[in-house]
Amino acid sequence: MTTETIQLLTPEGERVERPDYPLGDVDIRGMYRDMVLVRRLDSEAVALQRQGELGLWASLLGQEAAQVGSARALSPRDMAFPSYREHGVAWCRGLPPVRLIEMFRGVNNGTWDPEEHKFHLYTIVIGDQALHATGYAMGIQRDASEDEAVIAYFGDGATSQGDVSEAFGWAAVFHAPVVFFCQNNQFAISAPPERQSRVPIYQRASGFGFPGVRVDGNDVLACYAVTRKALRAARDGEGPTLIEAFTYRMGAHTTTDDPTRYRLASEVEAWRLRDPIERVRAYLARTREADAAFFEQVEAEADELAATLRAACLALPDPPPMSLFDHVYASAGGGSGSAILDAEREQYAAYLGGFAEEGAE
Amino acid sequence: MTIMTYRQALHDTLRAEMLRDERVFLMGEEIGVFEGSYKITAGLLKEFGDKRVRDTPIAEEGFAGAAIGAAMLGLRPVIEMMTINFSMLALDQIINHAAKIYGMFGGQARVPLVIRTPGGGGQQLGATHSQNIELFYAFVPGMKVVAPSTPADAKALLLAAIRDDDPVLFLENLGLYNTKGDVPDADAPAEIGRASVTRPGNDLTLIGYSRMAHVASEVAASLAASDGLDIEVVDLRSLRPLDRATLVESVKKTHAAVVLEDDWLTYGIGAEVAASISDGAFDYLDAPVRRVAMAEVPMPYAKPLETAALPSRDDVIGAIRQTLAAVGRRAPRPAAANGVAQ
Repeated sequence: MTTETIQLLTPEGERVERPDYPLGDVDIRGMYRDMVLVRRLDSEAVALQRQGELGLWASLLGQEAAQVGSARALSPRDMAFPSYREHGVAWCRGLPPVRLIEMFRGVNNGTWDPEEHKFHLYTIVIGDQALHATGYAMGIQRDASEDEAVIAYFGDGATSQGDVSEAFGWAAVFHAPVVFFCQNNQFAISAPPERQSRVPIYQRASGFGFPGVRVDGNDVLACYAVTRKALRAARDGEGPTLIEAFTYRMGAHTTTDDPTRYRLASEVEAWRLRDPIERVRAYLARTREADAAFFEQVEAEADELAATLRAACLALPDPPPMSLFDHVYASAGGGSGSAILDAEREQYAAYLGGFAEEGAE
Repeated sequence: MTIMTYRQALHDTLRAEMLRDERVFLMGEEIGVFEGSYKITAGLLKEFGDKRVRDTPIAEEGFAGAAIGAAMLGLRPVIEMMTINFSMLALDQIINHAAKIYGMFGGQARVPLVIRTPGGGGQQLGATHSQNIELFYAFVPGMKVVAPSTPADAKALLLAAIRDDDPVLFLENLGLYNTKGDVPDADAPAEIGRASVTRPGNDLTLIGYSRMAHVASEVAASLAASDGLDIEVVDLRSLRPLDRATLVESVKKTHAAVVLEDDWLTYGIGAEVAASISDGAFDYLDAPVRRVAMAEVPMPYAKPLETAALPSRDDVIGAIRQTLAAVGRRAPRPAAANGVAQ
């Protein structure tokens, strides 16, 4: 089997014509801006974590094109199911970045309304959201809705999980309108893709009976065009597609990880030459679709976004202590939904009240 | 005797067992090149090679099942579940196969498998990564579950688990890895199924396992100093088999018990302990057996809420005082003699 990688923009910023993957009326300047802004919000979040303001952060550095390209291919009605690294997708869906910061700071557990931005809550456990996405897609079928599809994001490591295989099987036999978007960033913490699969990941789809395609994950145009085509097929009743976006995690797995323990600096340097943002910048500059003023303005906007985000983060209060007992049961009505929980809540309120009395004395 | 951390004791024991018995081998996620998420397997890939230290795909049910197969044919696999939360993906293999193969096939095959895995909250890892679900395994006949609280027990129980012919869930704890203690140099496996009285006393029996056995010892020492209380501490060490005899014997002497657990109260390990005491020492009890557990909520990620959800020293001291107050009302001994503060 040959390994073909769809590419529409080379690392040097040269356009590659692929009539089978039409771009349509594409806003390349907008894609550039999105990628620069999400990279900046990502680096600010890493800095905030290092300064003790966030509990954790999972950096998307290097994966901007895969996320922005695929997310920009979504229609407003399409639903996205992220893992925990899809900050670029969140951005493109219009989710205010402070919602992500709240979650990683621990103010809440991620409490945005998935329907509002058609962006589901982050899933921390590896690969489970592939099944949730498949179920949602089957719901679309029940509604006989023809202009909706679903995209499920996960990584190379997740393809070893049973949930992802089961999602592939289900989506295939039910012809569910779902696109499986695997960002192969070359690492499951430290484990390389060779530890997950003997064949390129996209080729696994054929065994389940649906098409798989590998795309240059650092090429925003290719990610956009390939995802657009797959979503259209899903909406048209042609069933699922597996897209393997071949990219590279330039940063650590999360802020708790030190990648220098398991990979060579030379490999990271080689991937730096394939940077997803630089090639678009080169293309825009050469074709004169953007001038120096545009690039400067985007940089300024990025710095402003970072400053705003930082200020918003630092202004976030600790959650109120009694919120510990909220949201255990949805059917709770006025109470907590459980007698023992009510008792614990009462007891804890009395315990906290004791400190207030001490302070008053 | 050497002073070392709980982490070091686990590492050194694994290494010693691999040197002693070539059938012992390790499998798990990130245990080789990355040397383990909590560095228990540091250096072992380099020393023993990838035949005996195997990094696996991210497939918990996969490597649990493969280890069961290897164990049935005579190897002695020690697998690492990165945290006990991930073991839920392998529940079917562990509960339906590891725990049942010996019985279902009339003793024709045995599964000498060790599943090493840390539980525990308090590390700000969120609701899905901070659970204490050893109960799932302790519930199942055919399984053994051990839970060391000290470096010495980490060694003695791991030696016992690896040499045992049944599947053993070996519960570690994220909060204990850096704790230090004396570890005997001798090759002396513990007896699985035996609790230990780690501090003798007469006023009340304080029972815990894993991290909470540690908390129990600290609270007992501090109440001895502050209130002159004489608390007996029992470290369960083994959740299945459960050493009911040691519990009952202790309560017959102290007439009161408080059980500490990091899991949830309802249907938790403490419920089984309390029922065992009620069965074996009902007539000796001067107060109801109290349990201290975490709040009945999914673990919050926010640090202040997580701290509030976990059982605190204040909670433990409060339960001890309430129990002793109840003893005081029912028994002729004056409450003041027990140092009860109201």
